[in-house]
Amino acid sequence: MAVKQISVFLENKKGRLAEVTTSLSKEKINIRALSLADTADFGVLRIIVDSPDRAVTTLKAHGFVAQVTEVIAVEVEDRPGGLAHILEVLDQDNVNVEYMYAYVEKSRDHAIVICRIDDRERALQVLEKHGISTLNAEALKAL
Amino acid sequence: MIWNPDFEAMDRARLGCLQGERLGRLVDVLYRRVPFYRRKMEAAGTRPQDIQGIGDLSRLPFTTKDEMREVYPYGLLAVSLNDIVEIHTSSGTTGTPVVDAYTAGDIEVWSEAMARTLSAGGTGRHDIVQNAYGYGLFTGGMGVHYGARRIGATVIPISGGNTRRQLAIMRDFKSTVIACTPSYSLYLAEAAREEGMDPSKAGLKAGFFGAEPWSESMRAEIQQHLGLTALDIYGLTEIIGPGVAMECECQQGLHVNEDHFFPEIIDPATGAVLPEGQKGELVITTLTKDGTPVLRYRTRDITYLDRAPCPCGRTTVRMHRILGRTDDMLIIRGVNVFPSQIEEVILKVEGIEPHYQLVVDRRDQLDELEVQVEMNERLFSDEIRGLERMEKKIEADLYATLSIHTRVRLVEPKSIARSEGKAKRIIDRRQL
Repeated sequence: MAVKQISVFLENKKGRLAEVTTSLSKEKINIRALSLADTADFGVLRIIVDSPDRAVTTLKAHGFVAQVTEVIAVEVEDRPGGLAHILEVLDQDNVNVEYMYAYVEKSRDHAIVICRIDDRERALQVLEKHGISTLNAEALKAL
Repeated sequence: MIWNPDFEAMDRARLGCLQGERLGRLVDVLYRRVPFYRRKMEAAGTRPQDIQGIGDLSRLPFTTKDEMREVYPYGLLAVSLNDIVEIHTSSGTTGTPVVDAYTAGDIEVWSEAMARTLSAGGTGRHDIVQNAYGYGLFTGGMGVHYGARRIGATVIPISGGNTRRQLAIMRDFKSTVIACTPSYSLYLAEAAREEGMDPSKAGLKAGFFGAEPWSESMRAEIQQHLGLTALDIYGLTEIIGPGVAMECECQQGLHVNEDHFFPEIIDPATGAVLPEGQKGELVITTLTKDGTPVLRYRTRDITYLDRAPCPCGRTTVRMHRILGRTDDMLIIRGVNVFPSQIEEVILKVEGIEPHYQLVVDRRDQLDELEVQVEMNERLFSDEIRGLERMEKKIEADLYATLSIHTRVRLVEPKSIARSEGKAKRIIDRRQL
């Protein structure tokens, strides 16, 4: 089940991240998860929001380069070894995780991680085979 | 379309004779009437009778921009001020401006040269010429205006800037020809798309772009975005303004209107005239100007000449598009670098738009060249690795061309200043 993530190009300049969050907040768009990968000059901000299409439009209107990337939201048992188990499963089937980051967690038995995987379909099959559930956009929103 | 085949397609031997006669008359006038030139000729030990043909041109002294400034405002006049009908000057951004004063006859020559220019791109009586060069002291606006009038086309003297109005005029009046700087044409295209207008369907068929150096890849970009044939035109205030040279529809170099403006290529260091085909500094002599004639003006533009026949039928010599400026040339760690070379490389990368900036700095006694390239939708990748790979790829391509290491930096869209006139591409922070 794919979830839409927004990726935004950011130059490493003072105030740029704040401009992203301010422009989204003005549109009452809620950021549910966030990760920032950076080099010396620039970064790529990845966010999960409650209304991705509106977020992309807003960001583009503010002059940002933003695009939608499909990722998956995987449920992880909230105990030692929970994440390790999932990664082992994927590794056994040679599914490569490009990157992952944690989703904002409310008090539940499960944590959620967002994963970017090139071969998304196969990843989903592997996870399903091992009884690991993923969440779709609605389920995420409902949390 | 050849506007004046008698001269543009003249037999080369006859053209040489004509140039020789005109040079003889010019030198005679300058010696008698312009103390500035008389002094220069005396210092060079050349008398008017020494000039028997165009081949004797190299015996005459050069004229530099600085010398022309020293005799501001009227020191270059070869006629009485009563005979001057119009005056233009260079921008003066780098110091005292250079004055170009035209007699009625000079305006005729200018109109003729610009009619040739616009015709070479297919402009005819039925065309609507949107003239987005600045009107005023700058020669671009009036030059194109006179040429369009001479042809009998409809000219819209909108002048430079005011992008929204440019787009409205283009749409409402259905302009078929546009004249502006190449960077402004792309700025217009970008603005059009932002307004939801497809500039490639605006009905433009030809564009005349000059006043700043550009490249083949920028031409491809302009042609694609604006759906027209983009032609390079060349001229300078010190000589007459636009009209010195122009491309024909073959787009293989600029035909010099050499019955009026005689070109030479010299070694900028020694002043020696270089053989045909060798790159060097362009030097121009005005053969027919009466108001402020110019002897062997050092343009500081780098190019080379080609006298091979052009498929268009013109016999006039062609100059390659300007490769750089003797004074724009960057010397990075001892290597000569022209911004045009960098542009050529980066615009070959799929998806890159011609918005870039070069920042030169010196750290620990070592020159560093940073090439800033704007990110856009087509280039963006969600993966850092992909973006870094692209930076490395451009750096490698630049190294292959320039033989120096550069640092490519991706910057946010629109973070590089747009210009409505000449684009500012170079920031040199070196404290030398």
